[in-house]
Amino acid sequence: MTVTSNSGPGSDLEMATDLITVVIDGVEMQVPKGTLVIRAAEQLGIEVPRFCDHPLLDPVAACRACLIEVEGMPKPQPACAQVLNDGMNVKTQYASEVARLAQEGVMEFLLLNHPLDCPVCDKGGECPLQNQAMSAGRPETRFDGEKREFDKPINVSAQILLDRERCVSCARCTRFAEQIAGDPMIELLERGAQQQVGTADDEPFDSYFSGNTVQICPVGALTSASYRFRSRPFDLVSVPTTCEHCASGCSLRTDYRRGVVTRRLAWDDPEVNEEWNCDKGRFAFTYQRNGRVEHPMIRENGELRVASWPEAIDAAARGLAAARGQVGVLVGGRSTVEDAYAYARFARTALASDDIDFRVRETADEETAFLAARVAGSPVAASYDSLETAPAVLLVALEPEDESPIVFLRLRKAARSGTKVVSVGAVATTGLAKMSGTLVPARPGGEAAVLRALDDDTRALLSQPGSVIMVGERAAGAQGTLSAVAELADATGATLAWVPRRAGERSALDAGALAGLLPGGRPIEDPQAREQVAAAWGIPASDLPAVNGRSGDAILRAARDGELSALVVGGVELVDYADPTLAEEAIDNAGFVVSLENHHSAVTERADVVLPVAVVTEKAGTFLNWEGRPRPFGQVFRDALTMGDAKVLSMIAAAMEIPLPGDVRVLRAELGALGPWAGNRFQAPTTPSGAASEGTVLASWRLLLDSGLMQEDEPHLAATARPTVAMVSATTAAALGETVTVTGPAGSVTLPVQVADMSDDAVWVPMNSPGCHIHTDLGVTPGASVRLTAGGAA
Amino acid sequence: MAELPQAVRGFGVTFLTMFKKVVTEQYPEQKVPPKPRFHGRHQLNRWADGLEKCVGCELCAWACPADAIFVEGADNTEEERFSPGERYGRVYQINYLRCIFCGLCIEACPTRALTMTNEYELADDSREKLIFEKQDLLAPMLPGMVAPPHDMYPGMSERDYYAQKVTGSSPEQVTTGTRTTVEETA
Repeated sequence: MTVTSNSGPGSDLEMATDLITVVIDGVEMQVPKGTLVIRAAEQLGIEVPRFCDHPLLDPVAACRACLIEVEGMPKPQPACAQVLNDGMNVKTQYASEVARLAQEGVMEFLLLNHPLDCPVCDKGGECPLQNQAMSAGRPETRFDGEKREFDKPINVSAQILLDRERCVSCARCTRFAEQIAGDPMIELLERGAQQQVGTADDEPFDSYFSGNTVQICPVGALTSASYRFRSRPFDLVSVPTTCEHCASGCSLRTDYRRGVVTRRLAWDDPEVNEEWNCDKGRFAFTYQRNGRVEHPMIRENGELRVASWPEAIDAAARGLAAARGQVGVLVGGRSTVEDAYAYARFARTALASDDIDFRVRETADEETAFLAARVAGSPVAASYDSLETAPAVLLVALEPEDESPIVFLRLRKAARSGTKVVSVGAVATTGLAKMSGTLVPARPGGEAAVLRALDDDTRALLSQPGSVIMVGERAAGAQGTLSAVAELADATGATLAWVPRRAGERSALDAGALAGLLPGGRPIEDPQAREQVAAAWGIPASDLPAVNGRSGDAILRAARDGELSALVVGGVELVDYADPTLAEEAIDNAGFVVSLENHHSAVTERADVVLPVAVVTEKAGTFLNWEGRPRPFGQVFRDALTMGDAKVLSMIAAAMEIPLPGDVRVLRAELGALGPWAGNRFQAPTTPSGAASEGTVLASWRLLLDSGLMQEDEPHLAATARPTVAMVSATTAAALGETVTVTGPAGSVTLPVQVADMSDDAVWVPMNSPGCHIHTDLGVTPGASVRLTAGGAA
Repeated sequence: MAELPQAVRGFGVTFLTMFKKVVTEQYPEQKVPPKPRFHGRHQLNRWADGLEKCVGCELCAWACPADAIFVEGADNTEEERFSPGERYGRVYQINYLRCIFCGLCIEACPTRALTMTNEYELADDSREKLIFEKQDLLAPMLPGMVAPPHDMYPGMSERDYYAQKVTGSSPEQVTTGTRTTVEETA
């Protein structure tokens, strides 16, 4: 069973110290004080039927399916809400005729109005109601009246469909929405037989976590538009996997039929995602099939043409060998540890270059130094569990609900039991309100100064043992922020956690796919570190580059200016760079570009050799989540013909006569044997605080559901995304009216105005949502100065 | 001398058999109808107005001990309706190389969409030909039926179909939609 620390009565087994003695079905047992009957019965292997009971939700005793007999009590009691007392004698349906008849009676009532939809119901075959009607119900129905009927199905959101007549009013979905997600947009309406789940008029259930309600619904009342009628549970083959969308690192279950993924579910991992995941992780997987690069291609007379694998590998190897020493490697933030390690080793050995970076976003040298000093190769310091027990958590340049949803859920759970959440940022968001958090206002770009001048109360909060400081990847864009965060962590003793957005960023960092850092966080300029790595790679240490290479934008500039003559690009979307024009020019001007991609993109269009690689379902690998916790996953489609990045790189290396293993298991073992760096680490950067720009400054981050490429072809999911709006303060909004035009150097966007709690001289727009892509539409990054004009005039 | 009577006795059996009723059937010149409950080729039945009874629930596939049936369900839309209600069987295949004609599938069918005919001539010369698709299995269009996709009978609900209230098609029911996954054979 799941060990949890619910705030509700009695399910906290870990904390309890007093044991009480109880008797269940004649078996005497000792349980912690406050244990629920249903939990204690589970420990004896007795399964009491239940619908509304869920270990992670507060008890409600709504469905009454779990009635049991308690000696001394006049009526049967619900096992899911009955707390055990010392000496209590409980009899379940196996020992008590009263309990058995009570359960049978409840089941009969629940089935009175339940339609015979089983053949067309998505839940049929994995339905607790079906199963428990068989185990605890009567063999025959005595009801011959008309069943309750509703129009079906109705949309509670574009994605979530509700068949009201199937509902048994267990309130799992509404309790999840209120207690876990903090989005109480669905509620039980009406009374008696007419009781039904519903939303307010014109307010759909557009929660980022709505898919979880489908999974925990014990009947088929809630279904998802994307899976409805796609298959039956008994058709599906299930494989445990890890979510590839963000650095939360959720355990998932991927179900497929005949080589096609039909759905993904949250898998139970109490240490990470508990039993939840976000809608992006659940529903965004169509990209794995559509728009794929299917064949290797090489450029001939200016045109790309399909080539055989040996021909393409040979072309790549020849081009790269010619440019050896002058090749930049852009890894992208989506690689597994093993793939990133292969890139890191390929760059240092086959290409004799340290010009490598995994960050496809705004970066800074300060961030490189910060990551080398505080993050790369370090063991798990702050974890999900430590968030839950932390007295205070400071968020810097991080909007967990959008950028790491499971961190958000855990922080919300923590906040419900007393953790103080403080955010340094520009906007007091609804997400922050759901965590009962307080905002320390900071103008975008000026976070460092705010952090360095943090008031004593907040410092005192963070000085409590167990406090955590979480800093997001956007901090790289505001000068001095990461330095200030490191200083604050040192001064207060709080644990520091770096929370990137993409699933592969921490993986790539620890695997050494960053200039200046060898695997395990080893500084490339340290002779001992080079010797360790060279020994593992079976080469003389003198063959390794001994000085820090270029990182981030420096690689792009060098390629544009002709200092680098070739690029190896894997999983990079050019518009994700802070300066997409620079990125395009870099790819155009680099003499030779090898692209390892699974989808056609602006890079594959410009590349000289395109090599198709596997998506996550077609390969095995490991992601490191933000904690630094390895999240290994196996290959879903074992007969996939595609190869992972590591395998393709090993083939190129072989053609260049450089040894490089391509097997994921070998790479994993090699990296594991190398281990983290134990020698001297870098000092954290001490960059002075940057000054915020003049005038109105731009705040921005990527929404969870936006124009991201991995969410393509999911219309139902896209319809639940938040609308693209510009957030301004009430004063600014009064001056602007209904719509605002935000103008940057590259152009402008016109968006509806939404009032938020923020300063008058700032505006927030989404970074990459339909109708607003700040890198390309405005030509700016967060913290830049923009012009606001009322209405639609550009 | 002692062997001859035995040989004669042996021919005696042959001789007597000439006067017994012949059990040999002159197949294929003469085809004898099998017994009414003989388990032959399957058929996917229709409602009286031509809509399909199959709802794509896959219970037949689940019941099948030989894994001979493959079904994929899909949504009926306003434009293209193949069955009353929400769901229909978009893909329906029976592999007669696997089928053992046990009949568990037709027992499992909740809508009486799947039944078995008496047709037994199922031999063929390739594996492909013995995987019967939906169009091979659908019942023939009887007079008065309209080929789906088309709307439900005007004024009738899904429930009315199951209550046998639909006894034919209405002039308002005409074939709609362009995607025809089923080749109708009249």
